[in-house]
Amino acid sequence: MSAIGRSLKRLEDRPLLTGDGCFAADNRADGQVHMRIVRSPIAFGRILDIETDEAKALPGVIAVWTAADIADLPPIDFRMTRIAGLEPYRQHVLARDYVRYVGDPVAVVFADNPYIAEDAAELVFCDIEEETPCLDATADPVAFMPERDPALLSEAAVITKSYGDMEAAFAGAAAIIEMELKVGRHTGVPLETRGALAVRDPETGVLTMYGAAKVPHYNRDSIARMLGLEPEQVRLSEGHVGGGFGIRGELYPEDVLVCAAACRLGVPVKWVEDRREHLMAANHSRDQVHRIKAAVDANGFVRGLVDTFYTDQGGYVRTHGGTVSDLAAALLPGPYLIPAYHVEGHIRLTNKTPSGTYRAPGRYETTFVRERLMDAIAARLGLDPMEVRRVNLIPEDRMPFDRGIEALGTHVLYDSGKYHDLLDRTLTRIGYQDLKADLARRRVAGEAVGLGIAFFVEKSGLGPHDLVTMAVQPDDTIEIVTGAASVGQGVETAMAQICSDVLGVPIERIRVIHGQTDRIAIGFGAFASRVTVMTGSAVKIAAEALRDKAIALAAPLLQADVRTLTLEMGCVVSRDSGATIGLAEIVAQSGKDLDAEGLFRADHMNYPYGIHVAQVRVDEAVSGIQVERYLVAYDVGRAINPMLIEGQIVGAAAQGIGGALLEEFIYNEEGQPLATSFADYLMPTCHEMPPVEVLLREDAPSPQNPLGVKGAGEGGITAVGAAIAAAVDDALGRPGLITSLPISPRRLHALLRR
Amino acid sequence: MANKHVITLIVNGKDYTLSVEARRTLADALRDDCGLTGTHLGCEHGVCGACTVLVDDKPVRSCLMFAVQAEGCSVRTVEGLAKGDALHLLQKAFWENHGLQCGFCTPGFLMLAAGALEADPDLSEEEIRDILSSNLCRCTGYQNIIKSVCLAANEMRACPPSADR
Ligand code: FES
Ligand code: FES
Repeated sequence: MSAIGRSLKRLEDRPLLTGDGCFAADNRADGQVHMRIVRSPIAFGRILDIETDEAKALPGVIAVWTAADIADLPPIDFRMTRIAGLEPYRQHVLARDYVRYVGDPVAVVFADNPYIAEDAAELVFCDIEEETPCLDATADPVAFMPERDPALLSEAAVITKSYGDMEAAFAGAAAIIEMELKVGRHTGVPLETRGALAVRDPETGVLTMYGAAKVPHYNRDSIARMLGLEPEQVRLSEGHVGGGFGIRGELYPEDVLVCAAACRLGVPVKWVEDRREHLMAANHSRDQVHRIKAAVDANGFVRGLVDTFYTDQGGYVRTHGGTVSDLAAALLPGPYLIPAYHVEGHIRLTNKTPSGTYRAPGRYETTFVRERLMDAIAARLGLDPMEVRRVNLIPEDRMPFDRGIEALGTHVLYDSGKYHDLLDRTLTRIGYQDLKADLARRRVAGEAVGLGIAFFVEKSGLGPHDLVTMAVQPDDTIEIVTGAASVGQGVETAMAQICSDVLGVPIERIRVIHGQTDRIAIGFGAFASRVTVMTGSAVKIAAEALRDKAIALAAPLLQADVRTLTLEMGCVVSRDSGATIGLAEIVAQSGKDLDAEGLFRADHMNYPYGIHVAQVRVDEAVSGIQVERYLVAYDVGRAINPMLIEGQIVGAAAQGIGGALLEEFIYNEEGQPLATSFADYLMPTCHEMPPVEVLLREDAPSPQNPLGVKGAGEGGITAVGAAIAAAVDDALGRPGLITSLPISPRRLHALLRR
Repeated sequence: MANKHVITLIVNGKDYTLSVEARRTLADALRDDCGLTGTHLGCEHGVCGACTVLVDDKPVRSCLMFAVQAEGCSVRTVEGLAKGDALHLLQKAFWENHGLQCGFCTPGFLMLAAGALEADPDLSEEEIRDILSSNLCRCTGYQNIIKSVCLAANEMRACPPSADR
């Protein structure tokens, strides 16, 4: 029986259930010292002086550094989407001249225990001349660091993309619809905070950083470059990772500091972030304002769409460069034809925490924008919102569909999709007409209940390539080494299933090593839902090569012709004689290694798609919103392990509900963050979660990889904001009411009184 | 230098004699002094529940309790849940029902559920949901956690664990 498509129990779980996991804070080394960051208490200002004497005098303190002590370290560079003009906005490891957000690292303390390090950090005094912070990305740009470079303004870049004849589109329009839509500032917030342990081997000089995640190879190279070491002298090692969601594993100032300190102080250095720091220092995300204008015909078909948007980038441009804005600009049109499109995305610096990617970056925001537009068209023209979608959806016979623009430097080519078919299936599944009638009856009876439906297109499988090595071990297990990383999503199990599918070896006999830079030369890590597609395809290629090699080596041992041999259940079997030989036995008898490599390349991303359905009840008395029912329909091309995919979808939906209703980083006028604990930054508990149904489909496999898979990690979140907003409008009978997320009780209360 | 107190904690049935400052949290004592890193810290301010352990059989947030307050108490952590190689029914249920993804919240949920079900084996699904709402998980959306605990509760009722903890 094929191992693909089965909901097998995960290989990773046992140590996580027994407390034997090794998360970042669980690493320790003899003689380790503890690092504590001193963070700016002020949103924007010029650093006049940083007094460290008192901290240095505290018994147990080993060193205190400010920017002057590490003046040789360059700023942290971009990992992706390097756009001309972004360089001056990069963040230094410790603030130089100016602080640009509350939480900006200004000094760092090393002490022999974490309590003393924290005591000492409080003794560091920062003398900062305050400036008026900029907290609105739509306001006119201001100076980034006025005294250092008055001409450098807070607009770092403008991304433009366009295609089609916009003039013609507007000239013949039956209606023109304009809207301003906003998605608030929220982010991944994994339950494990960041942390790292850096150890330099005094004999070999090799520096190892434990607690790596996401992109270990890339970060190894960056750390080596910044510290003036050779890549071979730096090793990154990933243990268990307590959730990634885009934010964890990017190279942050703290990672560089632990490594620099381990080298310069000559002792192991450990750092564990606390939650308050995490909420003001790790990447924020979203926070976009879109101003759109659409020309539509009488059927609701969008003839042309113009969007100007502003991304609130926060204090600096970090490793993602222009990624979020680029994706937003490229993927806003989503599943619709939209023959003419023009977008202008402004990346603007403000005095908030720097932002980067969070699960479905650019798509959560633009799906909200685009689907709100579809609902607005339906309301304006008096059409059913599903009909409006139908006339705009890209028909199956137009696949593959060339959008004519680029995203992340790759051509946007929708590889496959049966959009109308999925819409029909979804409406059938929920019993659309009956459900609408039922909700209408409840509304007549006085309940504020409503339904919202939103379509989305995701993207996955970002190239350029991925490598795995695979080898049969003496104990008859198979070891797969990949440069991918795991952030807790079940990579080991999925990779083992793909391997097992080819070799017939049960997954329990397959070990998957990931996130170890010393085990494999190249690796692109885990981001952009790329692992199942890229690494999975490489595993399949390697397993097929291993199978062929096993058969070739077995032939003389079984005295058989290779053409009569097959691989079944991890053994080479002769169809003629029935003789069999196990893989480890082949190694033992032939004296040769049984190993293989798999390299998979992809020039294009692929594009999974789906639909979210939300049913909500609004409690007008307390301005509360209860999600009664939620459904995610998602076509992932091919499902390696449906149980794991459903787990990803439900988990992502919970995060989406958080961003739609609860989670928001609020700042006061001075730029002080008001959500710096879990008491203020509200994430969904199981009370806020409706039952989530998943309609998992495999109707449109990707033609671009040998498995037909598309990534499944993000689609559960993409359309949540859009679907819930539509449902709230419907519940209140006020089309177009919701134009901004999250729909917090405060915001809803204000809207209800309007 | 701060004063230290010599205390004895009984953790998973084993005595640990520690010398700790009064301000040292139970969580830090368990993790750093006893070497039991299965208890996790997700917030250190009492909201997420990742640090939940049982103190004299009651679920407690070990980030909000000082180690000196647990002097002489019986503390149970996730490391004590399985009996040798045999997983606890809750652990089995989480594994079978995909009740964990990254696993960082898992020890807290396991100990919370273990404490609650020992105190009242007949909890209804609604009551279980209510109790579990005191912990945060960022990966699973909770559906499979609730399912795991409810199924384990059924099994625990069918074959109650022996009294020897
Ligand atoms: S770490 Fe104790 S409640 Fe979060
Ligand atoms: S499984 Fe990751 S936080 Fe719960």
